[in-house]
Amino acid sequence: MNQTIAVAPVRKTIRVAAPSDRAFAIFTAGMAGWWPKSHSINASPIRDIVVEPRAGGRWFERGEDGSECEWGKVIAWEPPRRLVLAWQLSPDWRFDPGLLTEVEVRFIADGDGTRIELEHRLDGYGDQAGQMFAVYDRKDAWQGMLERLAATVGLSPAA
Amino acid sequence: MTYDLALAALADPTRRQVFERLAAGPRSVGAIASGLPVSRPAVSQHLKVLRAAGLVADRAQGTRRLYFIDRGGLAALRAWLDRFWDDSLAAFQAEVERPATTRKKGNQP
Repeated sequence: MNQTIAVAPVRKTIRVAAPSDRAFAIFTAGMAGWWPKSHSINASPIRDIVVEPRAGGRWFERGEDGSECEWGKVIAWEPPRRLVLAWQLSPDWRFDPGLLTEVEVRFIADGDGTRIELEHRLDGYGDQAGQMFAVYDRKDAWQGMLERLAATVGLSPAA
Repeated sequence: MTYDLALAALADPTRRQVFERLAAGPRSVGAIASGLPVSRPAVSQHLKVLRAAGLVADRAQGTRRLYFIDRGGLAALRAWLDRFWDDSLAAFQAEVERPATTRKKGNQP
């Protein structure tokens, strides 16, 4: 039986008081400046995080000892408006080439600042694109989010 | 069935705290318990329920046992990423809006 799994993308919006070219640059070239230091897959502490500035580029961390660990790839590189990364890290924080999720980040001019819309799509786990639904993104919305998931998915991901 | 269990497992506030402690990466029972107003045996019990619900898995590392969010559970994966981006985008915003003179060297755009 060909079973598929649908899960809502994670969507976040944030506004920053800076023009989009600057926001884009700090999101990419300056990633090591804001990425949570605890979120590393390397035994060596993070020295830098590299997003190669082109479609098809690598996305990886470099440790204090110079060693490199892959995180994913650059799918779309359209400064200063849009960035799409292939995220291939699992929650136990290991590189998993079989895990294909996409992070799309849009930088939208908003007065003297920039609105950033981030969407992390998890449908690399299945193929049910028509089944997106309203997203619960409040931190305390566990209950509603999981109920929604339960109603939509209706089967074990292990299936 | 897995999702019914996940629902029930995360309905408990303390158990939810235990789960959220794993959002930043694998942790031992001791590290999870540190800072929580519950004993280590209580944390172990919560982890057992979370594991049964498919939200948490564990692996041995040396003499310790590390617990982590189970990516096989799609609900867990989504919940983890939801939390991850909340924290990370807040840090990103702070970095963008920090005066250039105080930004760390090497992080200039």
